[in-house]
Amino acid sequence: MSTIISDVIDHLAGIQPGSSLDRLRDQRPQARENAQRSFLALFEPEVPGHVTAIERYAIATFVAGLHRQAHVTDFYAASLQKLGHPRLTDAIRSEIARGSVTGPYGRYPQGPLTVEDEEGPEYQVSADNRERLGSRLVAGLQHAHLLVFHPRDASPAALQRLLDAGWSTTDVVTLSQLVAFLSFQIRVVAGLRALAGASAVENADADHTQIFTGVLASGTV
Amino acid sequence: MTETTLSHPENREPTAFTQEELGWLPWLEPFPAEQLTERHWAGLVDASRAKSPYFLLLARDPDILQARTKTDKDIFYNTSNGLPRAERELAATATSRSNGCIFCASVHSRFATQFSKRGADVQRLLDEGVDVDIDGRWNAIVAASVTLTDTPIEFGSRQIEALRVAGLGDAEIVDVINGASFFNWANRLMLSLGEPTPPVSS
Repeated sequence: MSTIISDVIDHLAGIQPGSSLDRLRDQRPQARENAQRSFLALFEPEVPGHVTAIERYAIATFVAGLHRQAHVTDFYAASLQKLGHPRLTDAIRSEIARGSVTGPYGRYPQGPLTVEDEEGPEYQVSADNRERLGSRLVAGLQHAHLLVFHPRDASPAALQRLLDAGWSTTDVVTLSQLVAFLSFQIRVVAGLRALAGASAVENADADHTQIFTGVLASGTV
Repeated sequence: MTETTLSHPENREPTAFTQEELGWLPWLEPFPAEQLTERHWAGLVDASRAKSPYFLLLARDPDILQARTKTDKDIFYNTSNGLPRAERELAATATSRSNGCIFCASVHSRFATQFSKRGADVQRLLDEGVDVDIDGRWNAIVAASVTLTDTPIEFGSRQIEALRVAGLGDAEIVDVINGASFFNWANRLMLSLGEPTPPVSS
């Protein structure tokens, strides 16, 4: 499927051409361009490989949902909705609700950092949704949850579960990049939105000060 | 045919954060170096990366690797303006410390020390963790990186205000956001596709 959005981060962060954030992003033009190229490589790949578009958008919707970023979740869910059965989107939404915890947690190799170990859940797709999603997507979602919330618990055994569910070594690389890239994209969007919000407040304060100064100058106070 | 993972029972994984040079072993078979095509070489960006099992593994999907690497380089190496290199590396180190990526933290704490000449302060971040009290400016950068690393994301107007009080302008704040966000990408690949090996010296 094709998109008419030329820069997904701008779209999700609400950055308008010519705005101050637009100019700030342009100071890192290669990063800006390649963040978009990354999105395209993962969601509109020239060489699609064996990870389907439905799998890519289902996992992206899940990852965005786990971050509680509603507008990013809706963005990926809209593509999923076009590609898959509506019940698939419903299943992903219900898994987001079940899987939403707080991270990062996880264990360190036994040693001085063991005191910093933080326990957290080992997420499993609900029995109700297993059949609807299929074993390959179930394994993909479970791995995505591990990467989102407790990547330091990763292990060869976790990768073996993907291989056993039909993901090839190359598919696992694509899946890992997809979840890791989204962890970046979602944070850039949240960070830039926060900066835009803070700047808006500051500009409003500055406007207010100007008005107030103007009122003082006019001698009407 | 189902493929299998690689295991390294002889490896003794480092158990503490360090600025020493660590190695890394993959849990999946890297792409065979002798079979690299033009598209793979483009994905690797620098030909020297064909010697790294990490980049050879990622080269299995070369287009995303290429875009990832170019994003990384501009965020960290484009010094035409914005945040000093040392503080971009500080953001990368704080993010890696928070996620628990001992390998990433080792690389980027070394860079933070190299550019800041403040090895003892960098080591305190590694030893004491992300709540360490270093100075106003470094504390603000560490706190911004850590709140951006939390899921759900806790970064907001409070952290931006602290960065401004510490003297950062908006271009520098964007560098903190980009640097910490990028390491949420890098940490997840490094942590989940293989394991670190002890310093070469020991």
